[in-house]
Amino acid sequence: MNNFQYSRASDVADAIRLLAADPGAKLIAGGTNLIDLMKENVERPSRLIDISRLPLRDIEETADGGLRIGALVPNSDLAYHPLIEQRYPLLASAILAGASAQLRNMASVGGNLMQRTRCAYFYDTTTPCNKRSPGTGCSARDGLNRNHAILGTSTSCIATNPSDMSVALAALGALVHIAGRTGERTIALTDFHRLPGDTPHLDTNLGSGEIITAIELPPHGFARNYSYLKIRDRLSYAFALVSVAAALELEGNAISEARLALGGVAHKPWRSPEAEAALRGQAATADHFGRAADLLLQGATARSHNGFKIELARRAVVRALIQATSATPQSQVHKKIA
Amino acid sequence: MNAYVGTPTSRVDGRAKVTGAAKYAGEFTAEGLVHGFVVEATIPRGRIVRLDTREALKVAGVLDVLTHANRPSLADNDEAWKDEVAPEGSPFRPLYDDLIRFNGQPIALVVAEEWETAKFAATLVRIDYEQDGFATDLEGERGSAREMDKPHKPRGDAKAALSAAPVRHEADYLIPTEHHNPMELYATTTVWESDGKLTVYDKTQGVQNVQKFLCGVFDKKPEEIRVLSPYVGGAFGSGLRPQYQVVLATLAALALKRSVRVVLSRQQMYGLGYRPMTIEHVALGARPDGTLDAVSHEAIAVTSRYEDFSRNDAGWAEQLYKSPNSHSSHKLVDLDVSTPCDMRAPGAATGVLALECAMDELAVALKLDPIELRLKCYSDRDQSEDLPYTSKQLRECYACGAEAFGWARRTRAPRSMRDGKELVGWGMATGVWEALQMPVAARILLTANGHAEVSCAASDIGTGTYTIVAQVAADALGLPIENITVRLADSTLPQAPVEGGSWMAASSAHAVLAAAEEIRQELARLAKAMPGSPLANLDAADATLVDGMIASDGKDGAAVSIADVLRHSGRERIEKEKLNQFAEDKSHARNTHSAVFAEVKVDEELGVIRVTRVVSAVAAGRILNTKTGRSQIMGSVVWGIGMALHEETVMDHRFGRIMNANIAEYHIPVNADIHDIDVIFVDEPDSRINRMGIKGLGEIGIVGVPAAIANAVYHATGKRIRRFPITLDKLLD
Ligand SMILES: Cc1cc2nc3c(=O)[nH]c(=O)nc-3n(C[C@H](O)[C@H](O)[C@H](O)COP(=O)(O)OP(=O)(O)OC[C@H]3O[C@@H](n4cnc5c(N)ncnc54)[C@H](O)[C@@H]3O)c2cc1C
Ligand code: SF4
Repeated sequence: MNNFQYSRASDVADAIRLLAADPGAKLIAGGTNLIDLMKENVERPSRLIDISRLPLRDIEETADGGLRIGALVPNSDLAYHPLIEQRYPLLASAILAGASAQLRNMASVGGNLMQRTRCAYFYDTTTPCNKRSPGTGCSARDGLNRNHAILGTSTSCIATNPSDMSVALAALGALVHIAGRTGERTIALTDFHRLPGDTPHLDTNLGSGEIITAIELPPHGFARNYSYLKIRDRLSYAFALVSVAAALELEGNAISEARLALGGVAHKPWRSPEAEAALRGQAATADHFGRAADLLLQGATARSHNGFKIELARRAVVRALIQATSATPQSQVHKKIA
Repeated sequence: MNAYVGTPTSRVDGRAKVTGAAKYAGEFTAEGLVHGFVVEATIPRGRIVRLDTREALKVAGVLDVLTHANRPSLADNDEAWKDEVAPEGSPFRPLYDDLIRFNGQPIALVVAEEWETAKFAATLVRIDYEQDGFATDLEGERGSAREMDKPHKPRGDAKAALSAAPVRHEADYLIPTEHHNPMELYATTTVWESDGKLTVYDKTQGVQNVQKFLCGVFDKKPEEIRVLSPYVGGAFGSGLRPQYQVVLATLAALALKRSVRVVLSRQQMYGLGYRPMTIEHVALGARPDGTLDAVSHEAIAVTSRYEDFSRNDAGWAEQLYKSPNSHSSHKLVDLDVSTPCDMRAPGAATGVLALECAMDELAVALKLDPIELRLKCYSDRDQSEDLPYTSKQLRECYACGAEAFGWARRTRAPRSMRDGKELVGWGMATGVWEALQMPVAARILLTANGHAEVSCAASDIGTGTYTIVAQVAADALGLPIENITVRLADSTLPQAPVEGGSWMAASSAHAVLAAAEEIRQELARLAKAMPGSPLANLDAADATLVDGMIASDGKDGAAVSIADVLRHSGRERIEKEKLNQFAEDKSHARNTHSAVFAEVKVDEELGVIRVTRVVSAVAAGRILNTKTGRSQIMGSVVWGIGMALHEETVMDHRFGRIMNANIAEYHIPVNADIHDIDVIFVDEPDSRINRMGIKGLGEIGIVGVPAAIANAVYHATGKRIRRFPITLDKLLD
C-alpha cells in the first residue's frame, strides 16, 4: 500500500472539486474493494476522497412511480428495504447472492457498480495485464481463464464484471445518475459498463471527475415472476461462474414482457434485445426458454478453461426462467438450488 | 476414578478464547516494540543482482532493511538449520544468500516503528533479478520422478498377478496442492529482554523444537532463548517446522537490540508449506468373488529442489487389504517451489483418497456392494508387517456407520436415486491412520489448598490438549477440574515434541498419569507418617486419590484429606515431574480406523453438488473427551468436503506463481455447504496400546471423507472424476 492523502468531502460539489484538483485521487465509499486493491498495490491513489458521509443514503419514490436510490445506501439496507422487497425483489435477491453479510453492510451502491474485476492477473502486479497496465498483454487469454468471459471479449481482455447487483439492475432497466464539473447526467445502466475493446483499463463510462449520486429504478419491478440464479463453486460467498437475472410479465401462460441478464460471462451485465423479443408473445415453455438462451448466448466463445460456461449459462437461463414462471424464485438463504 | 475422562467436558480454555483473553503470538507486546514486514521474491528461480533499499530507508520511521547482504550472522551449516521434523536435504535459510528458490521467498525484512510504515516501505524496495529457467508443473515434469525412500518390501509379484487377474481396475487420481489456511496468521513477537536474552512468542506446534532451532541458527545457549506459544489459532501441520518469520523476527531483534514483531500476510502464508500435489496411480486386480489378487500403488509427489519431503501415500492398500501380491512406491519430482509440509493426515488423506476411489471402481466392476468388497478383503492383521493390531474395530465401523446412514436402502446402479431435480448418490470409504505415542513429560505441582498446576511444553493447536490434560489430571488426582490449572507451550516446561501425528493425546495423558502416580506415592508416604494417621497401615499400592482425599482402597475405607496430609507434614506443596513410559511392543500394529458414508445431491442440469449427509464411524481407542473429540471429527469432515469439492491451490506455471493466494479465491467450504454430520465413536477397548487405551483423533477424521464423497458423486451421476476437486464444470459434459 502506498502513502496517500485523505480528504473528507463535505458535499457532492466538494467531492467533484477535490477530484478535479488531484487527477490521482479516488473516491472511497465502503472501501471493501478499493482498500483490497490498495493492499495489493493495484490501486495507488495519491488521495482518498471519503464520500461515505455524504447525504446520499435515501431511497425515495420518483414522480413516475419508480425509486431513486442514493449512491451510498449500503447494499444490506437496500436489499432489506421494504419497497425493494415488495416491488423489486429481483434486486434484493441479487444483492443477497453477493459477498457476505459483513461485506454487504459496508458496501455501497456506487461502489458496487464500480467494483473491479476479480481476474487473478489483474490482482497480481508481477504479471502482465492490459487492464492494470495498458499495453503489457493479457495473461488470462492463454493462462488461467476458467472464470473469464465468453461474451463481448476482445484480444486485449477477457475479464468479467463481478457484480451481482448490476445484473439485476441491468434486467430492470435502471438508470445511473452522475454528477460532474459540467453538471448532472443520466446513463442507462446497460450503457454504464463498457466492453473491453482495446481500452480494457476503462471499466465504465464514468468520466474521471465524475461521481455516481444515485441509481433510479423504473416503475416496473417484475415483482411476481422473477428469479436471480447464481451458480458458483460453493453455495455461498463466491463470485458467480454464471448468474442469471430473469424477469417475466405473464398473462396466463403467455409472456408479455421478458428481461434477461447474465452475470459472470462478460465485461458487463449481458442483455440481448433479440433474446427478450423472442420470448415476448410466446408461451412460457422450456423450449422457448432454450431458444431465448441460445439467442442470449449467440456469439459466445471460450478460451481454454471456460468453455463449460456456455452450456452452464444456457441451462441456468432456462432454470431461472422456469423459476420465474412458477413464481418460485431462487432462495438466497436455503442451502440449495431450487 | 473417571469423573472427567470420557465425558463431554467443555474446553477449559473456551472462555479465554471467546472473550479474547487468550493471547496469540502476534498479540504479545513489549516496550519499544517495532514491526517487520517481509519483502518476497516475485520469481521462482534465479539470483538477486541488485537489492536497492535506499528509498525504503528514507521513509520516516523505518529503522532498517535486513537483507542477505547486511544481516547479522546466521548458521552456515545444514545441521544447525534442521529442526526435529526436517526432511532429508538442506533446509531453507531466509535472508541467507542471493539465491531465489521459490516464488514468495522472503528476501528482505523492513523494520519500522509502525507496522503500516514497514508495509509501505516494503513496496519501495527495488529488486533486480537474474532469472533462471524453472519448472513448477508436476504433470509436466512427471517424467523426471525419482524413487524415494525405501519402498515397502513388495509382497509376491504384483505385476504378474495384475496381468493375470480376471477383474482389474487401474487409474491415475490427481490431487492438487492444498494450503492449510489456519485462521491465525503466522506471527512471531521476539522480545529483547533487558539482559539480552530473548523471549519468543511464536505460532508453532512445538516450542522446544523452535527453541532448539533458534539456538542452532543464532548460535545461542539454551538459557538465552525461551519460546512460548500459549494459544495457536489452527495450524494443521503448517506449524510443525519453525517458519521463516520466527527467524526474521529474531534476526531483527538481534540486529536492532529491540523487540520485534513480524506477522505474515495471508498471501505470504502461501509461501510456507502445503500439502503437495500428488498423482496417485492405483491398480487393483481381483477375482470375480472380490478376493484381491494384487494391489499396486505408486504416488508421485511434488517436493522442492532443496529438501525431500515425502509421506506414506502408497503404503495403505498393502497394510489394509488382504492381497497376496502388493507393490507400492513413492516418487518425487523436484520443482522450483518451497518444501511441502505435513497437513492433517499427510499421505493418508491423499493416498487413501485414491485407494478408496479405486476400491469403489473395483466394486462397480465386480458388481459388488462397496462394503461387501471391503469385507471380502478385510484383514485382522496388518498385512505389510504381518502383525496383529492392538485393536481394530473397523468391521464395527462399517456396521454402525451403515446402520446409522441407512446404507441398506441404497440402490446400486448409478443415477438410480433422485430427489426432484437432484440426483442422489451414496458413497462410502474406509479411513485409516496411525496411533503413535511419543516421549512427553509432565510436571504436577500440588498445593495444600487442593489445587494442582500441570505443566508441559506440548502445544494445544486448538485440538483440546489443555482440556484433556486437565481431565486426566483431575481424575488421577481426585480433584475437581476447576482446581486444575494447565500450563502448556513454554520451552522451559517439561519435554514435549511437536504436536502432530495425532500422538499428543496419548502421550500427554500418560505423562500426566505418570506424574500423578508420583504424587500419589508421595502423598501415601506422608499420610502414613502422619501422627495418629488413620492410614498408618496403608499400602501405597492401595492408595487412591478421590474427592480431595487420599483413601485406602482396602477394607477399612479410611481416608484423609490431601490438605491435612500436607499440613501435618509441614509441606505447602508437592511437585513431581515424570516422563511417560510406553512399553516397547514391536509385535503389534497400532492404527485408528473409520468408515465414512456420504450422501450427495447433484443438480442434474447444473452440476451443483451438495453434501447433504455424512456419517463418520470412528474406532480410535478410548475417547478422552466426547465433545472436543466430536469437534475434531466434524472439523475433519468439513475439511474432507473441501478436499473433495473445493480446495485447490492454483498455479500459473508460466510464472511459477500461485494465483489464488487469498481466502476469497482459495475456496474452502462455507456454512451453506455443510449439512448433517453425524459422528459415531465405535467402542474400541485397547488394553495393549497403552494404559489408558488412547489412540488419538486429530487426523483419522479426514481420511476417507473425500473418497466417500467422490464415490457418492459417481453413484449419483455415473461420472467418475479422478481430478480433484470435483467442481461442477467437470460434471457438465
Ligand atoms: C471477499 C469478497 C467477496 C465478494 N463477493 C461478491 C459477490 O459475490 N458479488 C458481488 O457483487 N460483489 C462481491 N464483492 C464485492 C463487493 O460487492 C464490493 O466490494 C462492494 O460492492 C464495493 O462497494 P464499496 O462501497 O465498498 O466500494 P469502495 O471499495 O469504496 O469503492 C470501489 C470503487 O468504487 C468507486 N466509488 C465508490 N463510490 C462511488 C461513487 N459514488 N461514485 C463513483 N465512484 C465510486 C471507488 O472510487 C472505487 O474505485 C465481494 C468483495 C469481497 C471483498
Ligand atoms: S483478462 Fe483483462 S484483467 Fe485479466 S489479465 Fe487479461 S487484461 Fe488483465
